[in-house]
Amino acid sequence: MMIERNLVIVGGGPAGMAAAISAYEQGVNDILLLERDQYLGGILNQCIHPGFGLDYFKEILTGPEYADRFIKKIRDIPQIEINLQSLVVDLGADKTLTILKPGLLQQVRAKALIMATGCRERTREMAHIAGTRPAGIYPAGLAQKLINIEGLLPGKEVVIVGSGDIGLIMARRFVLEGASVKAMIEIQKQAGGLLRNVIQCLDDFDIPLYLCHRIACIYGKKRVEKVGIIKIDDQGNDIPDSHFYIECDTILMSVGLIPENELIEMAGVAIDRKTNTPLSQELNKTSIPGVFVCGNAFKIYDLVDSVSGDSGQAGVLAGEYLKKKN
Amino acid sequence: MNKYDIIIIGGGVVGTAISRELSSYKLKIALLEKEEELAFGVSKSNSGIIHPGTQNRPGSLKGRLCLQGNALIREISRDLGVEFKEIGELIVVFSQEEVSRLLQLKQEAEILGVSGLEVVDQAWLKEHEPNLSREIVAALYAPTAGIISPYRLAYALSENAVLNGLEIYTQSLVQNILVMTPVRHFGSTSLFEITTERNTFQTNYIINAAGLYADEISQMVGINNFQIRPRKGEEFLLDKKQQDLTNHLIFPLPTKISKGVIVIKTFAGNPMIGPTAEDVENKEDLSTSEQGLEKVIRMAQRMVPSIDKKDIIAYFAGLRPVADDDFIIRCEDKVPGFVNVAGIQSPGLTAAPAIAQLVGRILKQNGLVMEKKKDFYRQRKKTVHLSNLAFSQAKELIQTDRSFGDIVCRCEMVSAGEIREAIRQGAVTLDGIKFRTQAQAGRCHGGFCTTRIMKILAQETNRPLTAITKRGRGSEIVKEDRADDD
Ligand SMILES: Cc1cc2nc3c(=O)[nH]c(=O)nc-3n(C[C@H](O)[C@H](O)[C@H](O)COP(=O)(O)OP(=O)(O)OC[C@H]3O[C@@H](n4cnc5c(N)ncnc54)[C@H](O)[C@@H]3O)c2cc1C
Ligand SMILES: Cc1cc2nc3c(=O)[nH]c(=O)nc-3n(C[C@H](O)[C@H](O)[C@H](O)COP(=O)(O)OP(=O)(O)OC[C@H]3O[C@@H](n4cnc5c(N)ncnc54)[C@H](O)[C@@H]3O)c2cc1C
Repeated sequence: MMIERNLVIVGGGPAGMAAAISAYEQGVNDILLLERDQYLGGILNQCIHPGFGLDYFKEILTGPEYADRFIKKIRDIPQIEINLQSLVVDLGADKTLTILKPGLLQQVRAKALIMATGCRERTREMAHIAGTRPAGIYPAGLAQKLINIEGLLPGKEVVIVGSGDIGLIMARRFVLEGASVKAMIEIQKQAGGLLRNVIQCLDDFDIPLYLCHRIACIYGKKRVEKVGIIKIDDQGNDIPDSHFYIECDTILMSVGLIPENELIEMAGVAIDRKTNTPLSQELNKTSIPGVFVCGNAFKIYDLVDSVSGDSGQAGVLAGEYLKKKN
Repeated sequence: MNKYDIIIIGGGVVGTAISRELSSYKLKIALLEKEEELAFGVSKSNSGIIHPGTQNRPGSLKGRLCLQGNALIREISRDLGVEFKEIGELIVVFSQEEVSRLLQLKQEAEILGVSGLEVVDQAWLKEHEPNLSREIVAALYAPTAGIISPYRLAYALSENAVLNGLEIYTQSLVQNILVMTPVRHFGSTSLFEITTERNTFQTNYIINAAGLYADEISQMVGINNFQIRPRKGEEFLLDKKQQDLTNHLIFPLPTKISKGVIVIKTFAGNPMIGPTAEDVENKEDLSTSEQGLEKVIRMAQRMVPSIDKKDIIAYFAGLRPVADDDFIIRCEDKVPGFVNVAGIQSPGLTAAPAIAQLVGRILKQNGLVMEKKKDFYRQRKKTVHLSNLAFSQAKELIQTDRSFGDIVCRCEMVSAGEIREAIRQGAVTLDGIKFRTQAQAGRCHGGFCTTRIMKILAQETNRPLTAITKRGRGSEIVKEDRADDD
């Protein structure tokens, strides 16, 4: 017999936790929260820098501190069952989830479903950068994990591609770890990340930011040796003879995030192929009734505070949907 | 001193196929490879197609060995537990005038011995390949074309050969060969002394399967009659979400130098487009280019218009080792006992098993006493890949061995159990693990799983994390371990 649950939430990051708490407050009982990691908190666990919570808690917290506030709250609610080390591997149109746990593969059918699966980083491949494929090219978030969680230094002479917040935060982190950050290369006319991060992470450390420049080529056989850089004009065309090289052993890619929506896509939810988000007119809704999406999976947010705020709405929607059904 | 009957230089698909074939005889054999793992040369970056033989001149050695290889691969893949999918190919044309070229190709291929060929029309194509351009008017259908994982094939061949007595030396760049007793009369052989970075070996026979460097190895014994020129091919892999893009391999009409840009379906399900064909100088130049990408996209879209640049998740370049038009496979009269297997460009992957048998015959003709082993182990246990299993099978496996339920790479659904298995089978680098298991080969490119794989590899091989490499010395992933500082 298939196990059936009222509300299943996939993802135990800030979005999933906020949705679970708000669904409970709506009167939904029997909530199952699935998280593939060994901890709740999602991406916040590797964001050890301060800068979280100013809007939501009116305090400046680090990522783990921010997550902790929600973890404490959610642990106190017995109606929310938390399953860690539980990876959802498949999702059917009838909201049947296939879940992989240590030593166990099982299926659960949800009456209502909230997906809070976060996002992944865009890679060098997606940015279509020519050249070789040596060791030393990392998505910025992976570098962050290597340094902050594993205590490993990925490289010593770094060029960062793209100027999103993760790239900015990592520029400062590498300098603090004793590495040299030689440049940040941004194709747009202005930095992608928050102004405060540009000031605190680049300017304060004299890291040059090359706006209107792009990486043309990566060199190096085994490990990165250098990058070729070109200046571009207002129309986005390469400026002849503007080509120059920077020697480095590491390239960090900070070229954007992509919502993780492969599971709902499998289930048949309509997806915008450009943004990889659910096609939707309303916050947190999808083309399948009873399937909701929140947090970075719904759209990419700059601030976790807005994730927590908006994701509560998913819990409300799920509550209303279940009331109507029962 | 290590003394062998035969030493094979080069551990690509050709060298490993030869190794496996010869390991069925009572002979003492070694395989020397300069890289840290096998199949890190041309054999890792190709299209993975088992060609039917449709694009070769009827009289060519290439064509004959391709056809034989296509037949042999079926049995070998079954014996070695490597998945081979016979999906068929379509060579498409855009005008009625070009249909005559298809008929000509068909005729040539039939002379060579390719079976099952058929010219199909627009109605057939619409039914069987709905995503093809409406401008395509006809195609030559060759049902015997198929796909395979080239590196999994090479690894399976080598594992099976080791089971049958082959000795493998990696990180063994051949630097020098001394011909000790050049005896000139028919049927006799030489004694060679081979020096590598770390060892000296003696052997009576040498098989030169060094891919791009076969000319340099040949020169070491004084044979200068060919030169290897690298011809680059850039390929672009698409997201698995697009796995239903095509059902067959889609080819344009071939040109003089290549089979053209193909829409491929890889063994893992991802579509792939490419390769380009460009002569280059440098045998190590594996860079891809913006022009290459634009060209491949344009040519692939002409056949399948819905192909989108945004779906590209990986790309690479491979170098075809081109000598002449044809393969060079011969025992050199001037240096008895030295067999060149050179210029093995496309369809070398397909032909490899047939090349191996041909090399066996050449050795016999040149005086080597070859007696079959009674206890030759033909089969290899199939490697488990969780993502290939049905729900009930996966459930059972996970219950018996928890490590198969411990997912490390979630884009490709690869478990810790599979990664440990790959390491036990000989993987020592991250690329080696990727080629065997698909871990890190998906859309996030290792963003989520690299650290975990590094830890498993470090633990299983008893090395620090700082010693873990992408593809051998010099390609270390991290520079310092802060936890080691104190
Ligand atoms: C490097 C970095 C720096 C940042 N800095 C700031 C900052 O300074 N200030 C700020 O306000 N915000 C910052 N943010 C943004 C903020 O952290 C995110 O917006 C927020 O964490 C998004 O929450 P989420 O729950 O949607 O996603 P996540 O935190 O990514 O959570 C998703 C969860 O879902 C789980 N999951 C995914 N798929 C499955 C599955 N199939 N089965 C089970 N579980 C699954 C994941 O394991 C994860 O725990 C930063 C983000 C990053 C990456
Ligand atoms: C882009 C591209 C697409 C292709 N597509 C197909 C296809 O779809 N189907 C098909 O049938 N064929 C295809 N081919 C051809 C096929 O890949 C090759 O024919 C085949 O891989 C050649 O194998 P090999 O073992 O001869 O060479 P390699 O794999 O290069 O093996 C030679 C080995 O020798 C080692 N070596 C070199 N020098 C030394 C030394 N001094 N000491 C020790 N070791 C040394 C190298 O490290 C290497 O591992 C393609 C080729 C390319 C480039």
